[in-house]
Amino acid sequence: MQLQVLSNPFNQEQADLLSRLLPTLTETQKVWLSGYLAAAIQSESTATQIGSLSPKGAGGVASKDVTILYGSQTGNSQGLAKETAKRLENNGFNITVLSMSEFKPNQLKKIQNLLIVVSTHGEGDPPDNALTFFEYLHSKRAPKLNNLHFSVLALGDSSYEFFCKTGKEFDQRLEEFGGTRLYPRFDCDVDFDELATEWIQGVLSSLKAGGKESIFKAAAALQTVETEYSRKNPFQAEVLENINLNGRGSNKETRHLELSLEGSGLSFEPGDSLGVYPENEPALVELILNELKWDPETTVTVKQGDVRTLKDALLSFYEITILTKPILEKVRPLLSNNELQELLTPGNEEKVKEYIESRDLLDLIRDFGAWGETAQEFVSVLRKIPVRLYSIASSLSSNPDEVHLTIGAVRYEAHGRERNGVCSILAAERLKPGNSLPVFIQHNENFKLPKSPETPIIMVGPGTGIAPFRSFLQEREEIGAEGKSWLFFGDQHFVTDFLYQLDWQNWLKSGVLTKMDVAFSRDGDNKAYVQHRMLEHSRELFEWLEEGAYFYVCGDEKNMAHDVHNILIEIIQKEGGMSRELAEQYLASLQQKKRYQRDVY
Amino acid sequence: MDFKQILKAPDGPPSDVEQIKEDSHYLRGTLEATMQNLLSVGINDDDNRLMKFHGSYLQDDRDLRSERQKQKLEPAYGFMLRVRAPGGVVSSEQWRVLEELADNYANGALKLTTRQSFQMHGILKWNMKKTIQEINSILLNTLAACGDVNRNVMCNPNPYQSEIHSEVYEYAKTLSDYLLPQTRAYHEIWLDEEKVAGTPEVAEVEPIYGKYYLPRKFKIGIAVPPSNDIDVFSQDLGFIAIVQEGNLKGFNIVIGGGMGFTHGDKATYPQVAKVIGFCTPGKITEVAEKIITIQRDYGNRSVRKNARFKYTIDRLGLEVVKKELENRLGWCLEEARAYHFNHNGDRYGWVKGIDGNWHFTLFVQNGRVMDYPNYKLKTGLREIAKIHTGDFRLTANQNLIIANVSTEKKEQIGELIDKYGLMNSDFYTALRRSSMACVALPTCGLAMAESERYLPVLIDKIEEIIDENGLRNEEITIRMTGCPNGCARPALGEIAFMGKAPGKYNMYLGAAFDGSRLNKMYRENIGEEEILSELRVLFSRYAIEREGNERFGDFVIRAGIIKAVTDGTNFHE
Repeated sequence: MQLQVLSNPFNQEQADLLSRLLPTLTETQKVWLSGYLAAAIQSESTATQIGSLSPKGAGGVASKDVTILYGSQTGNSQGLAKETAKRLENNGFNITVLSMSEFKPNQLKKIQNLLIVVSTHGEGDPPDNALTFFEYLHSKRAPKLNNLHFSVLALGDSSYEFFCKTGKEFDQRLEEFGGTRLYPRFDCDVDFDELATEWIQGVLSSLKAGGKESIFKAAAALQTVETEYSRKNPFQAEVLENINLNGRGSNKETRHLELSLEGSGLSFEPGDSLGVYPENEPALVELILNELKWDPETTVTVKQGDVRTLKDALLSFYEITILTKPILEKVRPLLSNNELQELLTPGNEEKVKEYIESRDLLDLIRDFGAWGETAQEFVSVLRKIPVRLYSIASSLSSNPDEVHLTIGAVRYEAHGRERNGVCSILAAERLKPGNSLPVFIQHNENFKLPKSPETPIIMVGPGTGIAPFRSFLQEREEIGAEGKSWLFFGDQHFVTDFLYQLDWQNWLKSGVLTKMDVAFSRDGDNKAYVQHRMLEHSRELFEWLEEGAYFYVCGDEKNMAHDVHNILIEIIQKEGGMSRELAEQYLASLQQKKRYQRDVY
Repeated sequence: MDFKQILKAPDGPPSDVEQIKEDSHYLRGTLEATMQNLLSVGINDDDNRLMKFHGSYLQDDRDLRSERQKQKLEPAYGFMLRVRAPGGVVSSEQWRVLEELADNYANGALKLTTRQSFQMHGILKWNMKKTIQEINSILLNTLAACGDVNRNVMCNPNPYQSEIHSEVYEYAKTLSDYLLPQTRAYHEIWLDEEKVAGTPEVAEVEPIYGKYYLPRKFKIGIAVPPSNDIDVFSQDLGFIAIVQEGNLKGFNIVIGGGMGFTHGDKATYPQVAKVIGFCTPGKITEVAEKIITIQRDYGNRSVRKNARFKYTIDRLGLEVVKKELENRLGWCLEEARAYHFNHNGDRYGWVKGIDGNWHFTLFVQNGRVMDYPNYKLKTGLREIAKIHTGDFRLTANQNLIIANVSTEKKEQIGELIDKYGLMNSDFYTALRRSSMACVALPTCGLAMAESERYLPVLIDKIEEIIDENGLRNEEITIRMTGCPNGCARPALGEIAFMGKAPGKYNMYLGAAFDGSRLNKMYRENIGEEEILSELRVLFSRYAIEREGNERFGDFVIRAGIIKAVTDGTNFHE
């Protein structure tokens, strides 16, 4: 594609720019760009921007949209932020004013005009509600902000050593990331009124002056990714964040992992899962190696063309935490052990089942001895470590280039030894930000949001079953879906185990989530579970179904999903005035229409 | 009384809290619905403002705040609940129930406050109603324990002059009851009372307060000389009992005290109350009501930090306020009578009262009744409450009197005191026994620095200096707060520390031992090392240079170390 200079309305410089840009565009990018410009022309303000293209750096501030973020300990910053908002609004600007804790840092890239009002407290510390955003700007995830115009109003108390330190740091950080100051930072003392008023005036003048000019954001050439990552060729995703979602005093530990997909070209939809190749626990591998006669550095061929040391093979290739009957069968000829022979005698199937339950490779070696002439022979009985699939807990449109997981740490005691879940304990104990994890996307067509954003959804996700619904709501928020939504969540204790509590609270406040009911089984005297909450709201729940709501269940299959299924039939029966049989049919037909979807494990 | 004054409240738009009160339909707001939202222990700010009038407000464990935010969990919210006990008197049965409630629904500790009330911390939303109902079942309540109304009426628990005390206590109780808000909101929300029929505006009135209640909190206390343990000069309205030949003659009236101020804001300051006259005992309710209505009508409703009665008086003038009071009363106050205070602390151990009953005053560090690893204070008191037929009295210094013990019971209770080592205050320095700290971190939202968790540790270190200078038995009042709002009445401490930032305090010196003179800032924003080095110099000079029984607070002024504050208005000079 080439630009015909004579037949277009651009001047030479613009034409040159476009000529350089256009050949680099893929088909998708061209389609996107034409749609983007067409849409932009419909709005008056952006239409004028098209008129005079000028590269970034001209210093102009075109947008009428201004975001004001405040970090406030005692309310002064909040008050000033609101005052600023009022003043700018009266001058025709569109203002979003938020506390830094309400602000989603991933939106930062989209902002053109940013005003920050922040106090410093204690010995140079940010206010509590500024902490997360402050840390984000100091993390490796902070983005380039070349399009950002900003100004900072810092509040402080000059009797402290680190006067206005937080404001200064915000100011400096934003500049370092490429932002342009639209007005200088003001540092205010306890009597801030006058200086703050002056700052607001200055910011206003600067914004007004900037509005006359305009800027053009040259479309950055997008990197096209050649490599296709897949289950066979997993992507090494960098860990960005690894948090325990359970508060102090909890019996549980649920990890929230944020992984970077940057440069992977991987994409997914809400409801999809992430496949993870975990690594075994080094301590357990060490114990196994101690039982073996071979040097850990002895090499074995794990598959054609893949030679590793014994230690590495046990660490990252073979499954060592689960015993299966085939493994026992394979070990038998390699080991002259009477007890094992006895155990594997026909008729002892129950005993075998009992034996392999909660036992691992180390138990097998300790109970019956190590087998094989060579290390190669020893590993020949083992199977490859299976991938773990986790329901994705984020939406790509809300967190581009990221994928979030919710993983419950598995720890239990069996046969006199502490046992650990392979992947969950890797996440809980060893995985640090900066480490990477081999991953791939596992699409799940059977767990998808309704096509129409208007359709109501009911979600039941106790424990880690909550994960996909965080993805659902992020997505619905991002696309501005109007459909109602209702979430049932349960766990042990309200105070410590209310996973993603702040997310739900914010969505309830903004209306993205219409309704939420929770059940905490160990808070009161009577054990309450999600299905009890469903039953308590049976009439309304049935009404939602009659209105066409989709019903989703995610989490434990054995107990929860089973109970939820039965309660659902009970509710349909009761509220629909149907026989059990008809109610079952009703549910089956929902299932057929993909209005009853489950992601259970 | 034909003299008419034209007085007026300060100009300015009403503060947001005034609007909340107006919209609340006599303290109901949306509290009932808010308390039923089970997705958060938290409640919205407007309802939290109203919660105060019901004796509670929402706090969170600040130690966990940023950790939980990262965990995507709401703050570790919990409600503080304050139980009114006029004069700080409760029965054994009431004590036992309160202590059990602290275990069942709060964080296990029962906090004795600087205003003779009980506080529990960390109550979850869904346990609030149960807790308040149980408190109601033992004939106590939490109504108006906080908020812009008259608070718990303080009263000297004076075990020395028993018959005067019981008489004065009755006045405290009468005042407390008389000045309670009349709204049924409390009973509807917490006690399941039927809603008042019809529109609240028509059906209800607040005869004293009106629908805006007071501009700010209002504190009343009654002192019985020679003890000024309730710090009568720190009260918005104080009464000093005048006793002659064993008979209560009446009360001197003192008005306009208050502790709170804001660091760096000279328009705010602590103030000592001034004596304006005398009234006979029967007039006390009338006087209190009229004074409250003056503050109701002329207090600052625009700027909350200038809304306390002390600012109203300083703005209008003491004489003008007195005249206005006399106008409203329709009679003139008598001349104030002579009185003499000699201390504002507590006297520990066994004391025999005039009626032959015994009273045991127990030092409770920072008022926190709980079991410590080597000190089973709470268990010990529970055992005592099981057999004690008298009552428990909270002192204004967060200590506890096991009161009205008969001679027969004294031995039995004494054995329990020994068994649980409750007399450990014997081993403390007089300085520690004269110490007081507010709660501060982690639960108080206003705290800028540690207080209750830190003062005992700091005193450990100060005691070494005390011992070096042979001052072990010198009573020196030492007070610490996490901010300048004044919960431990720090501006009346001979030595005081008010928090500025984690580990940093402003240091104050020079208050009077009897609570009649404010202290003044001596050093700004200092840490522990500087605190100790300052005290090392001060105590060694005091030990050598003091004259006779000169008090530390008086010494620092005579020695020229600090200037005397003669009035709150020159506190900042």
